[in-house]
Amino acid sequence: MAERKIFAGGEFLIGDVGHGDVFTPEDFTEEHKMILETAKDFISKEINPVIDRLEEKNHELVLDLLKKAGELGLLGTDVPEEYGGMGLDKVSTTVVGEAMGTAGSFSVVYGAHTGIGTLPIVYFGNEEQKKKYLPKLAGGDWCAAYCLTESGAGSDALNARTKAVLSPDGKYYILNGEKMFITNAGWASSFVVYAKVDGQHFTGFIVEKTFPGVSTGAEEKKMGAHGSSTRPVIFEDAKVPVENLMYEVGKGHKIAFNILNIGRWKLGAMTMGGCKGCVTGAVKYAKGRVQFKVPISSFGMIKQKIADMAIRTYMSESMMYRLAGMFDDKLGTLDEKAKKSGAETAKAIEEYAPECSISKVYGSECLDFCTDEYVQILGGYGYCSEYPAERYYRDARINRIWEGTNEINRMLVPGTMLQRALKGQLALLPAAQAVAGELMTYSPLSVQLPDTPLALQQHVIKMSKKLALMVAGVAAQKFGPGLVKEQEVMGKIADMVIEIFAMESGLLRTLKLIEKEGEEKAKYHIAAVKAYVDDTMPRIESWAKQVISHVESGDMLRTQLAGVKKLARYQPIDAINEKRLVADRIIELESYPF
Amino acid sequence: MKIIVCLKQVPDTETQIKIAPGGEKIVTDDIKWVMNPYDEFGVEEALRLKEKFGGDVTVIGMGPKRVTESIRTALAMGADKGILISDAALEGSDSLGTAKALAAVIKGLQFDIIFTGQRGIDEDQGLTGACIADLLGIPQVSLAVKLEVAADGKSVKVNRPVEGQTLVVEAQLPVLITTQKGLNEPRYASLPGIMKAKKKPLEEKALKDLGLDPAEVGLGGRKLKIIKITPPPARAEGKIVQGETPQDKATELARLLHEEAKLI
Ligand SMILES: Cc1cc2nc3c(=O)[nH]c(=O)nc-3n(C[C@H](O)[C@H](O)[C@H](O)COP(=O)(O)OP(=O)(O)OC[C@H]3O[C@@H](n4cnc5c(N)ncnc54)[C@H](O)[C@@H]3O)c2cc1C
Repeated sequence: MAERKIFAGGEFLIGDVGHGDVFTPEDFTEEHKMILETAKDFISKEINPVIDRLEEKNHELVLDLLKKAGELGLLGTDVPEEYGGMGLDKVSTTVVGEAMGTAGSFSVVYGAHTGIGTLPIVYFGNEEQKKKYLPKLAGGDWCAAYCLTESGAGSDALNARTKAVLSPDGKYYILNGEKMFITNAGWASSFVVYAKVDGQHFTGFIVEKTFPGVSTGAEEKKMGAHGSSTRPVIFEDAKVPVENLMYEVGKGHKIAFNILNIGRWKLGAMTMGGCKGCVTGAVKYAKGRVQFKVPISSFGMIKQKIADMAIRTYMSESMMYRLAGMFDDKLGTLDEKAKKSGAETAKAIEEYAPECSISKVYGSECLDFCTDEYVQILGGYGYCSEYPAERYYRDARINRIWEGTNEINRMLVPGTMLQRALKGQLALLPAAQAVAGELMTYSPLSVQLPDTPLALQQHVIKMSKKLALMVAGVAAQKFGPGLVKEQEVMGKIADMVIEIFAMESGLLRTLKLIEKEGEEKAKYHIAAVKAYVDDTMPRIESWAKQVISHVESGDMLRTQLAGVKKLARYQPIDAINEKRLVADRIIELESYPF
Repeated sequence: MKIIVCLKQVPDTETQIKIAPGGEKIVTDDIKWVMNPYDEFGVEEALRLKEKFGGDVTVIGMGPKRVTESIRTALAMGADKGILISDAALEGSDSLGTAKALAAVIKGLQFDIIFTGQRGIDEDQGLTGACIADLLGIPQVSLAVKLEVAADGKSVKVNRPVEGQTLVVEAQLPVLITTQKGLNEPRYASLPGIMKAKKKPLEEKALKDLGLDPAEVGLGGRKLKIIKITPPPARAEGKIVQGETPQDKATELARLLHEEAKLI
């Protein structure tokens, strides 16, 4: 296989990415496929039959399932072999995450355990800590939790009040404080905890449940994920041996932010799996439900819903695997020594912090869209808990809140990219200037497109990148460093960038498939991309106009709006038909069709 | 103990089956292929015997290249070695033709026990196991739901269901056993198993390696011909029994069951 080109984080926005440069689900190895089957088998044989009992917050059942998952290797994809894991590539982790997306509350247990609970030790633990904790966590003997949030430190996570003070004999850190909303708290044996040494230096610790002075508070009563445990974790003169301090004093933020990057992409993978569950559940029901003497799946509006769910899921899926491939490619460039260093690995992943935030936002909102339509397609039955749609709907909602709220992540997308641009790491500003120059002579009417599938879509995605660059450039010029205070502007730029990454991921995957299998085999994929781009282009144009209208006035405003119009020019297609085509295919297969 | 498991790849039970024009074949385009579930019982039982008696497990499959995926799954579950018989000339073989090809390969191997599924869930013929046993001249015990190999490894006792009763049969090894649901709960292909399977030997054989006359196998060698496949009738719409009182409803239900459904 030809080498994929390695891009810098956020670079997709300023350069052309070829379809040969992205990893797609069609590139799965035999092992990836088998891992997916095993993970799906685990869900259908171990989770689905007990899903109701799981909802009752069944402590024993959860730990039992965790152990079984550990025995199969499902908890250890990111843990190196020498510490009892599998040390697999990130595509394998994505595959397992996707399957876990339909595991109801167990996906929450799994996500917190393997992600935020285990990864800090994988990446920032020292040799003794890894040897001591990782085999237990990868094997599912211990459950892990992660304590960052406090009542006064939510989005503002570094504002922690939990304090650590070295004991007079120098053997322990004495922790005092209270963490809030801690997933797995009720049954975890180990906690990664952040506290400020001497009230100042933000630092990570590994705390065991049995250490003196550690306790948990009452369970939160939640909207969804009822089978997961969420409690405060309380430290009252808790004695944590000094050897359990993680990484370095005062470097806790480094652990916390790196783990969030990875967590965001893992969450993206899980939400995408959940979306597929919605599509399948909805189409099966729609085919069986008869009203006005015909199955409701024959109604155009229902078809459109089913198509929209699957089409958005296709973009999400294409995005999550593309990003997994980017990680694997980047990690593949590390030398042997760097590969063994967790901090180096985390740094390589941090390169793609903007894409991690994009995945988190897109994945969680795609899932909310899908669960909402899932309920709607089931009508009254969707609102009742006899059918899984109701649980899906409630369970999905948290994903827009944790791992950084979607607002925080929207700020981070352009925020991180602009920061890198200012440091000279990302050539955003030259690219924006180039667009401003091109605009003078660019005439959309004289564009000649080749007669190949998706040529139009490829062109408008390219133009929407220029549009985003233009808008970001204009805003940056006007507000300078004050741009971050213009949150609405930042948010709309983020929305443009997120949708561009989504459209492009679906497009590149489809072009790759056409090259491999021919146009006929890719016809539903092609329809999905056409329909999605058709829905999205007007939204991108409208965000651009809103930003420009806020930033500019008078003649400048008119000139810039004319520029927007040129770049965003797009002649709509018959997307209703494309969606019918996709919907009929889903109805024929009774499942997600891509 | 040398154990052989014959494995067939079949459409997943979740797949929507469509009949091809002509009515003799199904459309294979959108099918997801999996290991025949009955063969999974065979793989599991073979692995359990290996764990108890030592030895090794060889898995043999026949069909197009995609069948390697199912063989790899068996290797990931713990089998030691795979053989794929793949040749365009073998396509379209009936059960006897398939058995001839499998037996030709098995003849070149050492074996104490051979497992096949009691039937393939695709065509439901249930013939291949019996044909192989016959071609090899060894006993066959069908529909095993429990089996116990004697401590000396020379004979096996097999439980098979007979109209709600159980028949216990004893046979000397070597023997061919066809597996029935209830025999065991097949294990998962664990992730460590999957990674190990990558390195296990998987040999491929073509017709010329089998020493068979091409006229005996494939479409030309068929003794059975499929004339027509028909889909199950579409399910009629349900009926809600009307009536004022429970007695009325029960009477009406009984009448419908008797007169319309002709069930009682
Ligand atoms: C079920 C559940 C499980 C959880 N599990 C864990 C866990 O295991 N470990 C852990 O450490 N935490 C966990 N959390 C905490 C979670 O990560 C936080 O709730 C989240 O980070 C948001 O913090 P907050 O609730 O204090 O909201 P706030 O930060 O108060 O936010 C409230 C609103 O203000 C917005 N907002 C805040 N700051 C800004 C800003 N700068 N710009 C624009 N908008 C802003 C937010 O987007 C949000 O809409 C969990 C929470 C829940 C509900």
